[in-house]
Amino acid sequence: MSNEATLHGHTGVDTSHEVHHGEHDVHHHKETFITKYVFSQDHKMICKQFLITGMVWAILGGLMSVLFRLQLGYPDATFPWLEDILGKWWAKGGHIQPEAYYALVTMHGTVLVFFVLTGGLSGTFANFLIPLQVGARDMASPFLNMLSYWFFWMASVVILCSLFLSTGPASGGWTSYPPLSALGGASEGSKAGMDFWIIGMALFVVSSLLGGLNYITTILNMRTKGMSMTRLPLTIWALFFTAILGVLSFPVLLSGLILLLFDRHAGTSFYLSDIFIASTNTALPSEGGSAILFQHLFWFLGHPEVYIIILPAMGLVSEVMSVNARKPIFGYMAMVGSLFAIAILAFLVWAHHMFVTGLNPFLGSVFVLLTLLIAVPSAIKVFNWLTTIWKGNIRFTPAMLFAIGFVSLFISGGLTGIWLGNSTLDIHLHDTLFVVAHFHIVMGVSAFFGMFCGIYHWFPKMYGRYMNNTMAYIHFWVTLAGAYLIFWPMHYEGLAGMPRRYLDTSGWHSFNNFIGLNRFISTVAMIVFSVQIMFVFNFFYSIFKGRKVTSTNPWGANTLEWTTPIHPGHGNWPGEIPEVHRWAYDYAKDGREFIQQTEPISANESKH
Amino acid sequence: MSTIFLLLILLLGFLITFQIAKASEYVGILKGEKKNFEQNNRVNGFLMLAFLILGLIGVYWCNELYKGKILGQSASDHGEKIDTMLHITLVITGVVFFITQILLFWFAYRYQYSEKRKAFYFPHNNKLELIWTVIPAIALTVLVGFGLLYWFRITGDAPKDAMQIEVTGKQFNWIFRYPGKDNIFGKKYYRNISDKSDNQLGLLWDDPATHDDIVVNTTMYLVVNKPVKLIINSRDVIHDVGLVHFRMKMDAVPGTPTTMWFTPKYTTEEMKKMTNDPDFDYELSCDQMCGKGHFSMKGIVKVVTPDEFILWRAKQQPNYARVMGGEKGPAAPAADSTKATTTKTNSEAATKLVAEK
Repeated sequence: MSNEATLHGHTGVDTSHEVHHGEHDVHHHKETFITKYVFSQDHKMICKQFLITGMVWAILGGLMSVLFRLQLGYPDATFPWLEDILGKWWAKGGHIQPEAYYALVTMHGTVLVFFVLTGGLSGTFANFLIPLQVGARDMASPFLNMLSYWFFWMASVVILCSLFLSTGPASGGWTSYPPLSALGGASEGSKAGMDFWIIGMALFVVSSLLGGLNYITTILNMRTKGMSMTRLPLTIWALFFTAILGVLSFPVLLSGLILLLFDRHAGTSFYLSDIFIASTNTALPSEGGSAILFQHLFWFLGHPEVYIIILPAMGLVSEVMSVNARKPIFGYMAMVGSLFAIAILAFLVWAHHMFVTGLNPFLGSVFVLLTLLIAVPSAIKVFNWLTTIWKGNIRFTPAMLFAIGFVSLFISGGLTGIWLGNSTLDIHLHDTLFVVAHFHIVMGVSAFFGMFCGIYHWFPKMYGRYMNNTMAYIHFWVTLAGAYLIFWPMHYEGLAGMPRRYLDTSGWHSFNNFIGLNRFISTVAMIVFSVQIMFVFNFFYSIFKGRKVTSTNPWGANTLEWTTPIHPGHGNWPGEIPEVHRWAYDYAKDGREFIQQTEPISANESKH
Repeated sequence: MSTIFLLLILLLGFLITFQIAKASEYVGILKGEKKNFEQNNRVNGFLMLAFLILGLIGVYWCNELYKGKILGQSASDHGEKIDTMLHITLVITGVVFFITQILLFWFAYRYQYSEKRKAFYFPHNNKLELIWTVIPAIALTVLVGFGLLYWFRITGDAPKDAMQIEVTGKQFNWIFRYPGKDNIFGKKYYRNISDKSDNQLGLLWDDPATHDDIVVNTTMYLVVNKPVKLIINSRDVIHDVGLVHFRMKMDAVPGTPTTMWFTPKYTTEEMKKMTNDPDFDYELSCDQMCGKGHFSMKGIVKVVTPDEFILWRAKQQPNYARVMGGEKGPAAPAADSTKATTTKTNSEAATKLVAEK
């Protein structure tokens, strides 16, 4: 029972929640609706809160993209019903206004990058899987964990409110480069909307730090007996590096945003210099600031951020792929090593977003080298996934389909990263639709695939029911085909030099060759979006009406979460926490289909 | 009305899908879980192969459809280097793309569940892992090598005889300044900017070097086969000078001047003939989000022969003369402008002046 000792050693905050060791009845103390569903300290409930909040944001963010795709596909058409629904500021005369268009792309980016793929993805799976897979009763600090969600919630409320401001929400792009984002005179969205954005992001950073510190502590200190670091499932390793990236990089973003706030309201000039605003006909007093400084601070978070998004997806995919190929993950140590390498390199490549800002070319060349270096660990991961399914016995569960889809998208998007990371090519491709296509495939859609993969796989553990398979298959195939149909041809628009964030290209001779294609992309985007709505429906319907899970280990998986009861209470295991005797990937070993981590190694077992 | 109709159809389609999905679950239970699973697995395994084949056809088809619309003839020497780099990268990443995607979907199809097959216990193999660490590393070394070679050539110093033009972005237009016959950009200070009194750049009239500076909006004139160095500024927020036909791009940052140089290879007229498009024009696009007019922040670049350029410049009245109401004759600098284009530009002095504002 060493784990009990560990648990008590590290849960000083957890006084209100007696941990239920050795008792079967997990509801022996009184839980009100508020403590169970609202201010819950159970990691499994917090996971669901993150997930469902993330889903709400994903729908809103997706809707925004449908709206601006409507504009891109049909720049000349008017949709009077848009004005009825959204009002004059957004869609006067049924036509998306330029300010509104930029507000939409800004909020789409902010919402999906931070609220869905960081909060929704890490928040969900770190909360759910870390205690269950390392063998802990809950997070190191359930209370901070609860706060983490509620800060996320507050951040969501602030950003949501900004959509209803009379001057609109922030509209300077999700990167919100000053001076545009610093000067209300330069853009409507840089008035109150930008303040809301900064406050919302600050709250989000707090949430992310509280969560991240908790994840790291739990993984390092609360593993069950026998669970050495090298026996951890790859999900946990991925979430571990993700949390470290977040803890080290989010504060830098926060500091950058605070300086921005000062420039906006306190008359400082960190980012401002030599500015004349034509709309008010005034020259600002600021001199000596550097607008590029913000970009350094922003991308010092911004680049690790894309790995914060993709690493958890990689972890989920590795685990699901191994379980459903009925084979051990190939090259476990190489997988951990490459995660580590990616995490380190993530901090050393930020300036590849800034090749054309006037950055010193020599400095640029260093960043080229470091950026392309990331392709090596990424290639290792891809080849290891391929070898994992090679000679497997693959079950195409919906989770497995999304895992395979993830690898396909990660390859496609990763390879175009080699184009963009090369400064020579970046001169031509920078800020074109090629970039948009690249990052949507490699971190947008593929992270979503990782997330779907996780949801389908662990849904039975979360709710004790299965999701509907037929809808899941439709969801997968339409989304995979749709993702390629949307973003593959978009590369061609980018190669033609078409700049991103152009809501109407009719004024341009060079960029006006793709009207038919834009219409096609918009149509596919709407179909894909409606299929996501079907997924959300499937999710909620299955919570209440899904087929019931009848065994504790429906996928025949090795990890610890499948040793808990079908409906685990707060504390996860009714009895003692099980002890771990082996790594998580003994599939197909010695002719046995799977061997759970809790099974002691027998004397005549072969070694690997 | 049609929107509501469309939504209704969508809803109906959704309801049908849902009913089928629900029914198939019941049928599955009736058939027995194992049989149902095997059937679904076969369907999805087949779809994996189908997706691969259709996908590859799609890739080919998409390329056939759009290859004529991308890139086109590069109109600068730098652009040609970029195009070469692009093709090297395309070949290397293309090979990797096809190999890995084919393997992925083929393996998925080939090793789908079968009752007879046992999965192969294969946890690691150092030799294999070493191979696929080293091969990507070598491929990337090649890419980095070529990339940096071209990168340093493109970002290296402009030739001494390069023509200098100052480009300034503002919401939402471009301002171009030519140094005039003295080949020196006069001093400017942003607090002197006044759109009303026709001083959009805030030139300091006390500095005699400003007196012959030519300031024009929207259209920039370049001389064919003559290197040009752009000194890029912004008046308000960050913009970006994007020259798609020359494959060049550089941010315009307020307070921090940036530079780029290239040599235009074809005049606008030549390009009209080469592209077979009488409406062709080199366009200057803003490539950095700069506010609500970002998508319309367009400039035109006219690449002309040296003679045409001299003629054009002779017609331009210096900003100073315009402001002072024709105190100095507009045609005065015309005679000397020939010299200006050919005299050695004191590039260092000019940039320094700009840097000092």
